[in-house]
Amino acid sequence: MATEKVTAANFSDVVLKSATPVLVDFWAEWCGPCRAVAPILEEISNEYSGKLKIVKLNTDEEGPIAMKYGISSIPTMNVFVGGQVVKSIVGAKPKPALLKDLAEFIN
Amino acid sequence: MSVDYSKIHDLVIVGSGPAGYTAGVYAARAQLAPVLYEGSVSAGGALMNTTEVENFPGFEHGIMGPDLMDAMRKQAARFGAQLVTDDITAMNLSGDIKELEDGSGNKLRAKAVILAMGSAYKELGLPNEKRLSGRGVSWCATCDGFFFREQVIAVVGGGDSAMEEANFLTKFAAKVLVIHRRSELRASKIMEQRAKANPKIEFRLDTEVLDVLGDEKVTGLKLRNVVTGAESTEAFTGLFIAIGHLPRSELVKGQVAINSEGYVEVEGRSTRTNVKGVFACGDLVDHTYRQAITAAGSGCQAALDAERFLQGH
Repeated sequence: MATEKVTAANFSDVVLKSATPVLVDFWAEWCGPCRAVAPILEEISNEYSGKLKIVKLNTDEEGPIAMKYGISSIPTMNVFVGGQVVKSIVGAKPKPALLKDLAEFIN
Repeated sequence: MSVDYSKIHDLVIVGSGPAGYTAGVYAARAQLAPVLYEGSVSAGGALMNTTEVENFPGFEHGIMGPDLMDAMRKQAARFGAQLVTDDITAMNLSGDIKELEDGSGNKLRAKAVILAMGSAYKELGLPNEKRLSGRGVSWCATCDGFFFREQVIAVVGGGDSAMEEANFLTKFAAKVLVIHRRSELRASKIMEQRAKANPKIEFRLDTEVLDVLGDEKVTGLKLRNVVTGAESTEAFTGLFIAIGHLPRSELVKGQVAINSEGYVEVEGRSTRTNVKGVFACGDLVDHTYRQAITAAGSGCQAALDAERFLQGH
């Protein structure tokens, strides 16, 4: 399943009320490391669909949500379970490192 | 195009950036069909996190770092470099045939290897620095400056990258304080003058950072004047660290000669390491110049050295 875009309009439905864990990728166009990690998240999303939902939130367009979650560095990848942030990964990482960070949600 | 993992390649280039890509351009034009491992998240190297590059010759009006890297990458690909967006995770460089393994578990063999892994940012080494990373502590102004609008932030460092970060941050911040341990900056004159002319930038010299304060996010810094010894606590919401880089030589430690600072050693003006068939270039070897153009130049030398080595092989 490809990564889907979230906005203020659907954040509550797609992220907070989700039955499966959701990774929210806080990113922006101008951020090099965000662009580098995007295809890796896309792959993880496809390989672990059903276990972990991966969505993207553009911090330029959705400033208030980014602010609400105290984002001060991108990419930040927050995993939400039951509407709460249970894990926060800051900075682009190679795929094996990300899979390790996400092990508890995808295995 | 996918890489053939069964054959013995002439040349593998580990790392991208100006050094790796330039080595790729030259080696590809020499018909060596180099396999170029760009790195899964570090592709393009340090310039991917910069904005305008004003001093790369040929670009009269400057060029954005990521655009320059994209152009070099495509130039290497055009001549037949095989680009792989993955990391090399292990190398055995000792024999005539070098063995490498990538992040996906693929193993490949080559007669020659060019090391161009570049460098990583240095940390201050303070206990709370890591904990507050992404919560106000940052190493990338272009990535994170946006989140500090109208705030008061500190930049640690006295070189060109610190000046560049400080100048860039004034686009967003209310005030930027540059903190530097020594009594004089070590930035180039043009960068220093630009920072000093910027009304939003102030300087605090002879000062070191003792600690980063804050529970959930950065709230301030504990500072010490290295001349008087006086300590103070000041409020900041962000701390950008630009105190230099460390060469990424861990992967080849114990295999090629490395100096006490971690840079790979090369023979004279060449790019030859002490291991036959292994060449090194870019920020991995250069603690003196560290420019995009010098990295590109040494990437070119490495490709020529490797080509010469392969001819005699």
